[in-house]
Amino acid sequence: MNTYYNPDDLAKFSTMGEEASALWDAFMAYYGPVMADGALTAREKALIALAISHSEMCPYCIDSYTQTLLSMGVDEEEMTEAIHVAAAMKAGITLVHGVQMKNVVDKLEQ
Amino acid sequence: MDMREKFSELNNIPDFESKIKDPAIAMTAGMNVLQINVGRLCNLACKHCHVEAGPNRTEIMSREVMEACLKLCSNWGFETVDITGGAPEMNPNFRWFVEECCKLCSHVIVRSNMVIMLEDGYKDIPEFYAKNKVELFVSLPHYKAKKTNRQRGDMVFERSIEVLKKLNSIGYGKDPDLVLNMVYNPSGAFFPPDQTTMENEYKEILGREYGIVFNNLFCITNNPMGRFGAFLVSSGNLEGYMKKLYDAFNPATLENMMCRYQVSVAWDGTLYDCDFNQAADMKISNGETVFDIADKPYEPRKICFDKHCYACTAGAGSSCGGTTEA
Repeated sequence: MNTYYNPDDLAKFSTMGEEASALWDAFMAYYGPVMADGALTAREKALIALAISHSEMCPYCIDSYTQTLLSMGVDEEEMTEAIHVAAAMKAGITLVHGVQMKNVVDKLEQ
Repeated sequence: MDMREKFSELNNIPDFESKIKDPAIAMTAGMNVLQINVGRLCNLACKHCHVEAGPNRTEIMSREVMEACLKLCSNWGFETVDITGGAPEMNPNFRWFVEECCKLCSHVIVRSNMVIMLEDGYKDIPEFYAKNKVELFVSLPHYKAKKTNRQRGDMVFERSIEVLKKLNSIGYGKDPDLVLNMVYNPSGAFFPPDQTTMENEYKEILGREYGIVFNNLFCITNNPMGRFGAFLVSSGNLEGYMKKLYDAFNPATLENMMCRYQVSVAWDGTLYDCDFNQAADMKISNGETVFDIADKPYEPRKICFDKHCYACTAGAGSSCGGTTEA
């Protein structure tokens, strides 16, 4: 194996049910309805999923949700904006934790 | 590019006919639609075009072939005459042919790229269509300029909007007798979205941004033929796309496959089961031409299939009239 990530492995996702079918079935029974139309549309949910795929840096999910969104008629502009939301959140989350740094500095510095 | 040769190399995709359990499904079930491709000449050269139409194509249907089509139409009594191309308007006998078709059939549709109606010699075509109550199927691959222009050429979106406004102004999309349909097709190796969802999106955005109204949007799956087929091969997407089509095979779409209810006439009078078989040069099973059958009664025929037929049976199904799931 040349790399830990292989695109063909995405199709093997369901093998995670082989030794734990009840747990897999429970996961699928949850995952399906979560991603379906509800108070949010399936399209909006897929865009959220794409953003999370990037912030969590999952190549399987990026591949899968990009294809899903293309098939939903979502274009590159919309997908790019969703990823910027994830990126802005990451940046903001990093920066807001600077307050922790400041708290420590304030407590320790004379 | 010989796509059928490429299909034969895809060993992990079973032959399409192996998916048909009922032999009756592999036969035509009636002849509702006479589809006529009046030529491959077109003012555009779209990236996905399955018949590889363009300004340099010389295949144009002659009046003699058109007369045989009219005879066939008269004898078999089709519900719909579906005229396509190329840009069908560029056939020199187009207007005469449409008028003759309208005398024989109450439902004549023309598939138009729209922007031809801005060219000299074609600017009065909207009024011609309205006078003959021709139902229009116009191509607009996306409601965003960038996506449409990437597929169809620079400024095609902007010119299409101009034509749509003109069509609306003479009653298309408003008058019940002047039906204006749009056709969406994906801009690459992926499936079209849900037809109803996309139609609502088109109507909302085209209405809000440009004040355009239309009747229906039809989502068509890209068929791995012609320029789109060549793109799949050159981009390394053929196997993945075919696998995707195969994995999405939906038996509930078989009954309404368009090939079961139509015959497709090519520019030279050759007959095919559909326009995609025409692109693949898969003639009808007995090899007859429009001249051979024009005076004969209809007889059910065995349909010719290959792996590109998975494009018509994936997901909700696809045809020249949109989704087909029973």
